Amino acid sequence: MSATTIADLALEVRSKNAGPFWVTMELFMRDEAGYAIVADESFVNEQVLADLYQVDADTIQLFRIPSLNVVKISFPRYVVQGSLRDRDMHAGQHHVPLALLRVPS
Amino acid sequence: MNDAPADRIRVMTPSGMLGSGWPDGTLERGLELGVDVITVDGGSTDSGPHYLGSSTPKTAAKAVARDLRNLLRAAVQGDVPLVIGSCGTSGTDDGVDWVAGLVAAIMAEEGMALPVARIYSEQSAVDLKDVLNAGRIHPLAPLGELRAETLESCTHIVAMMGAEPIIDALRDGARVVLAGRATDAGVAAAYPLMRGMPAGPSWHAGKIAECGGQATANPRTGGVHITIDAAGFTIEALDAGTACTVQTVAAHMLYETVNPFQMREPAGTLDVGDATYVQLDERRVRVEGSRFHHAEQHTIKLEGARITGYETMLFAGVRDPLILADIEGWADALLTYVRGSVAGTLGLGADDYAIDVRLYGHNAVLDDLEPDRSPPREVGVMLLVNAADQATATAIAKIANPPLLHFPAEGMDYFPSTAFATSPAHVERGPAYEFVLHHVVDAEPTAMFRTELGATR
Repeated sequence: MSATTIADLALEVRSKNAGPFWVTMELFMRDEAGYAIVADESFVNEQVLADLYQVDADTIQLFRIPSLNVVKISFPRYVVQGSLRDRDMHAGQHHVPLALLRVPS
Repeated sequence: MNDAPADRIRVMTPSGMLGSGWPDGTLERGLELGVDVITVDGGSTDSGPHYLGSSTPKTAAKAVARDLRNLLRAAVQGDVPLVIGSCGTSGTDDGVDWVAGLVAAIMAEEGMALPVARIYSEQSAVDLKDVLNAGRIHPLAPLGELRAETLESCTHIVAMMGAEPIIDALRDGARVVLAGRATDAGVAAAYPLMRGMPAGPSWHAGKIAECGGQATANPRTGGVHITIDAAGFTIEALDAGTACTVQTVAAHMLYETVNPFQMREPAGTLDVGDATYVQLDERRVRVEGSRFHHAEQHTIKLEGARITGYETMLFAGVRDPLILADIEGWADALLTYVRGSVAGTLGLGADDYAIDVRLYGHNAVLDDLEPDRSPPREVGVMLLVNAADQATATAIAKIANPPLLHFPAEGMDYFPSTAFATSPAHVERGPAYEFVLHHVVDAEPTAMFRTELGATR
């Protein structure tokens, strides 16, 4: 059986532009147990995200919102929206590497 | 227009985007609930720099006209003002005039005579250079200090208004306000602010309203009805078949924002860190505790786009497992071959133009970030060429055409043929644009905007 991913524990994982120069992502977890896993600093933290998205850890903003069972992540787009190398105009598919992250067993 | 303080103001926002439509009965239901103002956003940067760079709308004229006709009828029926923000997608002067022309035609057909205000927000690079030299333009992260050349390179620059120019237009008698580039939240917050509603709830409600049905349990239905009062606001879905819940309303502060608790507007910062969300009944949510911190310096954000070059696109499909076994190696060898042919034929080096090779079905979307490296079954190969002019971009694409059709995989001693999707295989995309401004100007709230009331120009 394949390992459990963040997506398996989430209602929705999504990403989107926050203006032309930023991308933002949200993990909407199913319940408090799932939230506790992704809100654990030893699992999802600035350095893990920096490695996953090949950006500088200092540029990452991380918000943990227990009232909504949500973790939200924002960082500057590494390719500016609409430039030649931008393959995701709305940054709508950039949640996938995070969604497929395996949760610690 | 009556700007006397009110006990409460009811805002109807039937959609997050002018031209996207809404189910029949949406506006009628809002009018039954009682409405003081109708607002719809008409723009966004979300679909990319083309719309600002070329000053053309994303939406179809007939779709926008359909929505405007229904909105104008509702505004007349309810005897309430109508506010449209960021007209024509990017909010350029062309965009305002485009929507104004549609409004004028509809009003003539319907025998309406509502006073219309057009608020223009486009800026000249020459004027902005003086502002830059005066030290009144500052970068927003992640961009650096603005250079005068960047301003000069833009095809269009717009300034993003807050609520103030809209309020002035309403006070001066406008019943229909067609705003150039405006903050999403300001479009719905303006009228409540004019009628004395507190800033925290007005701006928070404006942010929640801006995407219409996004704040409901079913974003595909019509938008929202919001009642703002001295202590907070109450929101419900316009569609009888869906509802607003604590979860959907609170979560909307996350949508397309960097920071879910604080949002900068021209006049200050909306702060929802202490906001409370209470489910009043099955359909309605009550929000209190939203605050607005007025800034010492009013700031106006700039958006600008410039041409990066001219693009021509080639597209072909690959299904042969012999090529797909090492599709990246094949694509790298293809690109090297094409670069050599371009150098030999056109005399252009790698720095004189750009080619992006995208392997759709393999890793086109995420590129180096793609976690799944298993072999694909089918790949769409896009070659996107960017050059200084259209003729050069197309010449490069034509040179790349035969190799894209016949390039052999490693070890193949014959020429395969890939599956071209169309004839011709290339498409000229015209000018390509990029956003280059993400800066704010220290300015008075209305100083950068020009309002004209009455007949269209």
